[in-house]
Amino acid sequence: MKKLILQRLWQSLLVLFAVSLLSFVLIFLSGDPVATLIPLNARQEDIDNIRHQYNLDQPFFIQYFLFLGKAFTGNMGESFRYHTDALGLVLSHLPNTFLLAIVSLVFSVLVSLPLGILAARFKGRGVDFVASLFALTAISMPSFWLGVILILVFAGALHWFPASGAGGWQNLVLPTLTVSAFSIGLLIRLIRRAVAETLQQQYVTTARSKGLSEGRIAWVHVLRNSAIPVVTVLGLQFGALLGGSAVVETVFAWPGVGWLMVQSIEARDLPVIRAAVLILAIFIVLINLLVDITYSLLDPRIKPGVKA
Amino acid sequence: MSQKVLPDNLQAAIELQAVPVSVSPLKGAKTFQRGQLKRIFRRRATVIGGLIVLLVVITALISLVWTPHPPGEQDLTRSLLPPFWLQGADSSFPLGTDLNGRDLLSRIMVGAQATLFVGIASVLVGGVLGLVLGLVAGYFGGWREAVIMRLVDVQLSLPGVLLAIAILAAVGKGLLNVVLVLGFVSWVQYARIVRGSTLAVKNQEYILGARAIGATDRRIIRRHVFPNILPALMVVATINVSSNILAESALSYLGVGVSLATVTWGGMLNEGKSLFELAWWNAVWPGLAILIVVFGINLLGDGLTETRSNNGNG
Repeated sequence: MKKLILQRLWQSLLVLFAVSLLSFVLIFLSGDPVATLIPLNARQEDIDNIRHQYNLDQPFFIQYFLFLGKAFTGNMGESFRYHTDALGLVLSHLPNTFLLAIVSLVFSVLVSLPLGILAARFKGRGVDFVASLFALTAISMPSFWLGVILILVFAGALHWFPASGAGGWQNLVLPTLTVSAFSIGLLIRLIRRAVAETLQQQYVTTARSKGLSEGRIAWVHVLRNSAIPVVTVLGLQFGALLGGSAVVETVFAWPGVGWLMVQSIEARDLPVIRAAVLILAIFIVLINLLVDITYSLLDPRIKPGVKA
Repeated sequence: MSQKVLPDNLQAAIELQAVPVSVSPLKGAKTFQRGQLKRIFRRRATVIGGLIVLLVVITALISLVWTPHPPGEQDLTRSLLPPFWLQGADSSFPLGTDLNGRDLLSRIMVGAQATLFVGIASVLVGGVLGLVLGLVAGYFGGWREAVIMRLVDVQLSLPGVLLAIAILAAVGKGLLNVVLVLGFVSWVQYARIVRGSTLAVKNQEYILGARAIGATDRRIIRRHVFPNILPALMVVATINVSSNILAESALSYLGVGVSLATVTWGGMLNEGKSLFELAWWNAVWPGLAILIVVFGINLLGDGLTETRSNNGNG
């Protein structure tokens, strides 16, 4: 157990190192960063001064370690656009992203759990067909398009919910539906498969032959044994929701980190892009780490280094 | 094949949209060519999915030589014409026109080209990269395997879409950039499958036999290992085409994907989104087109997966 956690911690550190290097390199990929900071007719002397001021005259790796050192102390530079601390700006948008991700995840589970179980219980019948078709459609749909359609119908035609922005719970309804669609489809397919597989196990047959009620079998024998893969996917899906937030947040102008990032891309506000990528990646890596550890706690048969 | 699903498998399963990929070797190569074809046709999912994909491919091919109107032809006198069943429609523009008076049907047809190109080309880039690295890791083992699989672990923890947005924001948009970035983001899926299959095949007797008669590594890999891992690879590739198409449309919608000079469905949505209260058809058709093609590919992938895992179970 300890070995597994240590191994995963070490791996997470490696990932964070890779992310930091990548987010650092981004600035170089986009061309000369000084060009965005100075007026077109600047004198060479001023350009050199700015280069020196931002350490851009240093060798690549020195620059990287200077950046890393600053990032550790929470200094990720200043937004070109707002002239405020880039990290602070990103952090102030983080609660909105988390709110949307958590609400969507809860909603996804509430919808997909009954549908997935029903589909598995009545595999090959009408319910299964409808649930599977629904799930396949949900994972085939571009989420931003679904968002646009929902706005068109529920905000435009019916005026039930606002089309954009944050505020009351009404603002959360359409983005939640949009974000959840993919997770719901994914979870229905996963739950259906896990439950169907469990239903074939001998202990379920035994329970049936003992004369236990279907409800008790479903609750005690099937659900608990199907839970492990589902819980794991839930955790990973939460990370995916954070990573994919840019798209849906932009559709609904939901002021989260993803929305801020896309706004910053349009304004070429590199420090903010960098901070947003870094912060989102840190959280995704942390969540993945937690999922891995929870997983091995849930199923004591799984030990580090042993692969089935 | 009721093996315990480990976290590794699970993560792969998510990226494959929760489709189980059995990596049972051996039986794959031969049966896939002969008896399996019959079984594939028997599965309705595969047939319907295949037909949808075929329809899109044919549309893209037709659009190379013919479209109802030139897709770039602007005429402001016919701006935002509605689709044919609404009042004020012009029957020669059945799906309506956009703000610049361009025919939406023609643009949807032409958009299929870029969609299919990005989907297939990015899978080729990722597939070849993953195939080579996965083969090296699985076949040779040792430090090469350690380095490659560590790299896989690292990249699997990185958020794919986020990574793609960040890189494209820096290097700039363009069809080729999107293909390269999506390929780069997805190679790990192939590397894992290929390594797993290679490991399973590596110590089979016919490979030991080939080595005993003095076959080179290169020949063994090409003649014996590769044909056996191909079926598993094809299933992953099929599903990856659909997820890359979705990713491309999202990137183009955000304005960091393919530039607007190339007609793509994502790009059309990007242009249509600001008009959708005025002219909903500008936002609805391209999304519907994406939904249809991705649905078809996923259905095809589901069918292939099931055929394969039935086969694996013997």
